[in-house]
Amino acid sequence: MPDVHAEHAQIDHTGLAHQFEDLDQQQDADTLGIWLFLVTEIMFFGGMFAAYAIFRWLYFAAFAGGSHILDIRLGAANTVVLLASSLTMALSVRSAQTGNRRALVVFLILTMILGGVFLGVKAYEYNQKFVEHIVPSLDWAPEGDVLARLAPGGLNHAQLYFFFYFAMTGLHALHMIIGMGLLFWLVLRARKGSFTPRYFAPVEVVGLYWHFVDIVWIFLFPLLYLIGGRY
Amino acid sequence: MSTATQAPRAQAPRNYLNADYGWRSWLFTLDHKRIALLYLVSVTLFFMIGGFFAVLMRIHLVEPQGALVQPETYNKLFTLHGVVMIFFFMIPAIPAVLGNFLVPLMIGARDLAFPKLNLLSWYIYLVGGIFTLYAALAGGVDTGWTFYTPYSSTYSNTQVTAVAVAVFITGFSSILTGLNFIVTIHKMRAPGLTWYRLPLFLWSIYATSIIMTLGTPVLAITIFLLALEHLFHVGIFSPALGGDPLLFQHLFWFYSHPAVYIMILPSMGVVSEIIACFARKRIFGYKVVGFSSVAIAVLGFLVWGHHMFVTGQSVYAGLIFSFLSFLVAIPSAIKVFNWTSTLYKGSISYEAPMLYALGFIGLFTMGGLTGMFLASLATDVHLNGTYFIVAHFHYIMVGGTVMGYLSGLHFWWPKISGRKYPNGWAALSAVIIFIGFNLTFFPQFILGYLGMPRRYAFYPAEFQVLNVMSSAGASILGVGYLIPLIYFFWSMRYGPVAEANPWGATGLEWQTSSPPPTENFAQTPIVTEEAYAYAAKEETSGA
Amino acid sequence: MSHQIVPLKTYVLVFVSLIGLTLLTTAVAFVDLGAVNTVVALVIAFSKMILVMLFFMHLRHSGGLVRIILLAGFFWMALLIALTMSDYRTRTWISPPDAWSITAPPTHP
Repeated sequence: MPDVHAEHAQIDHTGLAHQFEDLDQQQDADTLGIWLFLVTEIMFFGGMFAAYAIFRWLYFAAFAGGSHILDIRLGAANTVVLLASSLTMALSVRSAQTGNRRALVVFLILTMILGGVFLGVKAYEYNQKFVEHIVPSLDWAPEGDVLARLAPGGLNHAQLYFFFYFAMTGLHALHMIIGMGLLFWLVLRARKGSFTPRYFAPVEVVGLYWHFVDIVWIFLFPLLYLIGGRY
Repeated sequence: MSTATQAPRAQAPRNYLNADYGWRSWLFTLDHKRIALLYLVSVTLFFMIGGFFAVLMRIHLVEPQGALVQPETYNKLFTLHGVVMIFFFMIPAIPAVLGNFLVPLMIGARDLAFPKLNLLSWYIYLVGGIFTLYAALAGGVDTGWTFYTPYSSTYSNTQVTAVAVAVFITGFSSILTGLNFIVTIHKMRAPGLTWYRLPLFLWSIYATSIIMTLGTPVLAITIFLLALEHLFHVGIFSPALGGDPLLFQHLFWFYSHPAVYIMILPSMGVVSEIIACFARKRIFGYKVVGFSSVAIAVLGFLVWGHHMFVTGQSVYAGLIFSFLSFLVAIPSAIKVFNWTSTLYKGSISYEAPMLYALGFIGLFTMGGLTGMFLASLATDVHLNGTYFIVAHFHYIMVGGTVMGYLSGLHFWWPKISGRKYPNGWAALSAVIIFIGFNLTFFPQFILGYLGMPRRYAFYPAEFQVLNVMSSAGASILGVGYLIPLIYFFWSMRYGPVAEANPWGATGLEWQTSSPPPTENFAQTPIVTEEAYAYAAKEETSGA
Repeated sequence: MSHQIVPLKTYVLVFVSLIGLTLLTTAVAFVDLGAVNTVVALVIAFSKMILVMLFFMHLRHSGGLVRIILLAGFFWMALLIALTMSDYRTRTWISPPDAWSITAPPTHP
């Protein structure tokens, strides 16, 4: 029986798992795996989008009314922040590819900072909803100007809109928090020098996940903030 | 088959079972074969728990006014029977037990693509199971496994959230397993193993994995929305607040109908393997059978509305769903025709795996044909909500999937354990199960047609005879299931040692020892022939 | 799968385009185009997504299998939304038959 291990010892197998023949096969499998996982996320958010689509069609006036209460500047600014974080994430993958460890760490940290800014703005927006008493079930007592704008579409239906606002952005924020955790893990590994131009799959994989979360927001922004126009 | 020789018991060669000892080597294993056994133990346990609820139900239904429990308790029994059986037995059984064990072996690989994810899948499944058992003990759930709103979201005061969380968690076990299988089959096939040389079991596992990956996330979001509604009562499923209960049903059945194909497709794959081996013939129409698996997976996503014909769903949508439901029967029928054609002029032998497989073909056909009554809008109006439905899906799930699962267990047991079981007892229990099963569920077709509603704790007195027949059949069925448990355990200690290929079957898994070594193959095999080269085997071996 | 290293300039260009499209979609929200507002917003969002996928996610170099899988994912989501929506859209097209009007009137008051 030939000694399979002796052959392998001569080739650099940093990070090669035993079930794979070589790093290329492993990276192929890792990439396919993460894309498949992203497809499951498409279906996961897709179910939510389906429910949203139904209710938006049924109660368009209420959805438009609710949408106009959101601060469009914060929404747009947050979109820019998240797109920037996608840029820094792409640049961190590029740094790993070129073997630039310092740049890799810097861009990962920048991505985390931008993600943090996004979450901070979201926290502020959520707090605003409590201030205005338009949190479904927990604090639903719209008054004054807010009440005047929501009443025409029906208050129950407006509450449905804000349910989707919180559920969709909340689910998105949860994914971002997980992403931040993954980024932190990457920073720790990157600083130790775990990644080489031959082996940087974890960075690529987390990157794909991060871009996906960005894409979800790319759709959430118009679907939640830009319903029906503000003219 | 081959003559059994007693190999010396002194020193068993190194294999995955004796490679390491101790509970840590099992609970922290990354070996797909050990993980398959972890699943085997846990799905068997849940099968018994789900079966226990069924036993209580059938005892209760011996009397028209109910013989055992209060109606509220009866509601909890059928709910938990459904939840436990579907999510913790039917969906994982063949993929996670036989699939996990066989996929790397059948493609000539050392393990799956993501062994750690594989182990994680099992732990996720366990956590979900523990949540469910907690919910069962803390008061149970009475909504039916379908969790229809607004009862589940607004009115039920049972452990809805706990079970919702359990099902949500368990779904990820399914998703990760499917993901693992897809990547493995795409990227890790041995040299020469093209798609059209794959065993049909792998085609069906691949199709099943497509469903698991694309469908289960929708169940997750549906359960998530249900839990939110149960907690916050915003009204997405409540008409009083502008919501729609049917939205829940659409989202729920978008997953749960394809889920039944998750349950049946792997079983069909097993049957293809068994028929080929025990008729000593290549499967008739290999490509058609392979693609029919994929067709079932795809078409299965388009028919969910047939669960909602009488709910107030749009009649036009109902028409479309009805038509598509007829279409999805076609690939299943194709398989049955192809298996039958394979049997024609084959050299058939009737070992236990073959008995189960033949039983599968007959019972699945009956279940499938009765599905046609349900796909048809007009007859479904009469039959929906009755025992006809119960009989229909049990013919497919028990007469189909469970028989296929047992067939596969009996076929691959020598490979898994390195031991053989007594074929006489195995054949006997196959016959007992077949008889018990038909006695249990055939009367239910009649009951349903006559109008006995399902999920009712009592029934009109004129239905008692058929109900008693059904309960009697259930006790026979239970005995039938217990016997294999006994002789499989017995075989692990006292069964004759199995050689590498006791059935003389084709397939890479039979080219390595029984049980296999941890790394599966000493050298990566190279594949040069088609999947079921039984004719070539006959010529060369002169057996 | 990326063995190719995308030039820095490409990334920056894509980023600038994404910002531009974001500003565009925000601006369009202040113009009254009726139902077309939604269409424009979705088309812009879709374009942003394509840019992120092709360049940031290296889909350009990822090979056919990944693209098929991605397409399948989107197709399935579209299926879910379209078929479910078809129920709501067509519910009022026909009223379900009223059984009591077909047979003899009920004997109870």
